[in-house]
Amino acid sequence: MTFIPLFFVLPLAAAFIIPILGKIAKSLIWIFVTLVSFALFVLALYGAAVTQEVPMIVYQMGNWPPPLGIVMAFDSFSAFMTLVISMLVFAGSVFSLRYISHYTGQWKFYTLYMLITAGMMGIVITGDLFNMFVFLEIAAISSYALVAFGVDAEELEASFKYMVMGEVGGLTFLLAIALLYAKTSTLNLADISNSLQLVGHTPFFWLVLGMMLLAFSIKSAFVPFHSWLPDAHPAAPAPISSLLSGIFIKVLGMYTAARIIFNVFGLSRANAPALFNVLVGIGLLSIAFAGVTALSQKDYKRLLGYSSVSQVGYIMLGFGIGNYYGVAGAIFYILAHALAKGLLFLTSGSVVNATGTRDLTKLAGLGEKMSTTAWSFRFGSMSLIGLPPFVGFFAKWLICLGALKAGFGWLAVVAIALSVLTLSYLLKIENSVFMKKGKTQAAKAPFTMRIAMVFLVVLIIVLGIGFQSVIEFIVGPAANALLRGLEYANLVFGSAAVGF
Amino acid sequence: MIIFLSCIILFLIGLYAIVTKRNLLKIVIGFALVEYAINLLFALIGFRSGMLAPIITQVDAPHRFVDPIPQALVLTAIVIALGTTALMLTVVLRIYNRYKTFDIAEIRKLKG
Amino acid sequence: MSLIVKTVTTIMIGFIFIYGAYIILHGHLTPGGGFAGGVIIAGAFILKILAFGSEAIDEKKSEMGSSIFESVGALLFIGVAIAGLVLAGTFFLNFLPKGIPLHLWSAGIIPFCNIAIGIKVGAGLFSIFLALAAVKYVMTD
Repeated sequence: MTFIPLFFVLPLAAAFIIPILGKIAKSLIWIFVTLVSFALFVLALYGAAVTQEVPMIVYQMGNWPPPLGIVMAFDSFSAFMTLVISMLVFAGSVFSLRYISHYTGQWKFYTLYMLITAGMMGIVITGDLFNMFVFLEIAAISSYALVAFGVDAEELEASFKYMVMGEVGGLTFLLAIALLYAKTSTLNLADISNSLQLVGHTPFFWLVLGMMLLAFSIKSAFVPFHSWLPDAHPAAPAPISSLLSGIFIKVLGMYTAARIIFNVFGLSRANAPALFNVLVGIGLLSIAFAGVTALSQKDYKRLLGYSSVSQVGYIMLGFGIGNYYGVAGAIFYILAHALAKGLLFLTSGSVVNATGTRDLTKLAGLGEKMSTTAWSFRFGSMSLIGLPPFVGFFAKWLICLGALKAGFGWLAVVAIALSVLTLSYLLKIENSVFMKKGKTQAAKAPFTMRIAMVFLVVLIIVLGIGFQSVIEFIVGPAANALLRGLEYANLVFGSAAVGF
Repeated sequence: MIIFLSCIILFLIGLYAIVTKRNLLKIVIGFALVEYAINLLFALIGFRSGMLAPIITQVDAPHRFVDPIPQALVLTAIVIALGTTALMLTVVLRIYNRYKTFDIAEIRKLKG
Repeated sequence: MSLIVKTVTTIMIGFIFIYGAYIILHGHLTPGGGFAGGVIIAGAFILKILAFGSEAIDEKKSEMGSSIFESVGALLFIGVAIAGLVLAGTFFLNFLPKGIPLHLWSAGIIPFCNIAIGIKVGAGLFSIFLALAAVKYVMTD
């Protein structure tokens, strides 16, 4: 099982080869980055195939057994996340070729792009708390730099705002790690989970969990802490916005939170109903508040940024419901939102590239001139709103099913009713940019941009039609990996012992 | 216990600077304080009264060492803090370059 | 800066550099290691710029050099880790003989990791310094 470290070694090595390559042959950089991200995609597919047979692969760095050394714990949930990350990274890198061509210092862009990939991949496969923090900071620092990449006044301001919020989150996480280490004297997630069982549900337990959840709420922009996202995500170059909104906030906020709540602290709706009700509350608040705010936006990307805050609420809702369907729905929604929002941000990049503006009042009549972009936008929107047969529908359907099974019939109704918000703010873009007659000057999107968008559209349709096998092979096992709860620790030590 | 509390107080002072100060540089200094507080806490967690620094000078000494892991963690945290602080200062300098001010109240191109 | 500062700096830079190299090479035996040694080496370069002013160096060339060395350092570190994977089957395996404790040639791959980190940190800190110092030019225009 030697392929596990490759998930972060490949992009990390690529990140440092790029500056040298940039001095020799600039034109090779893009091909190299695309090849590496495609290799990651293949690797993630292979990982997903392997986790069908073994529930958990534990890779011991330097052959040190789990409580002593750093281990990589790769289970179905990790496999699912690596798959989603690599899809968006691949689409983004294909899209970047023409979008980045008018920036100076392209190799810096690609270096940071690979670093952010390495950070995200590291977070989802690591089985060590401090290692998770380090990868989280690698990803976060690269994202701060990428948000400021254009070095315009707004971009710098957005980056600083994002940096302040993000670092408060990161340092709160570090403080929580320090307190946890003081109590348990270990950093291995599985070992912490075992030690915490001896601590029990004391005030200390809730304090540490609260600090971690605060940190992750900031990183994934839930409503009281969302103010940085609508500034930061639009300020970044479009492929980065797509990556940040599509998967970054979910890896740094949702994956970590879910892993810690379910597998490390061993909580479930059965033993901590109050916490899960709070999660549902945060989810609903995010959906409603950010959705309403999005309606009044006049900037293409800023509207999509608020939309991300709103949509992430659905994921939290699914985790908060806490039964199999709810969690599977949340995980499926990570995939659905990643594809749809990644695609929508790519269309925004295509529009900006063609017209030079993101102002909805100035854009008009692009539906005919940029037909691929317009149709990509429509498919992405339909998936995001939740129309069958796209992935978004099945994800929402699973969450509602979970709510019904858990006895929250009203929650299912509210969740569907709030989709109206999604519909209305996406129609606003559709109306003003693509439908309205107008004379905005625009050329067709370049070939590579169209390829990237079509790639995501195809995934949205194919995964939507084949939703049964997606749930059976990818989403279901991932949900089971989370709902396994404290079994996680036994599995890590057990798998390490037999050499997986 | 009191010594651990002092770390938390230092942490809160830093947080206070980050939240209330209007000067960009003072916000960066606030972050530095928060980082120091956490690093100090880590070092104190690893401390065992009467034990030696974890440096091997004789081969059979390890059982008399303080916990070396927090020290390794502090080193890593310092490197990360170095990276963020450098990036923050670069961004602050460039913001100053654009707006000719460090006052956060005057840097408002982005609407809430 | 005055002549005294310049003369002392010229004499000291070499010693500072050697001290940094010593800290890196003895990282597995004494306090210090790649990070501390790298900071000292970067300090030698920064001292030169502080004493002679940024006119004494070619900014473009230094930036290019430091970014290449930074990449080389990182790649060396990854290379050491991958060597464990390729030669002995596990990522980051300490595959070299451990030697006798407290001797310079001991601890397997750790000295090599330290050297890689030293190069990376030294070049990285120097480029941070250049990045912060370069803003000065933007400010005046």
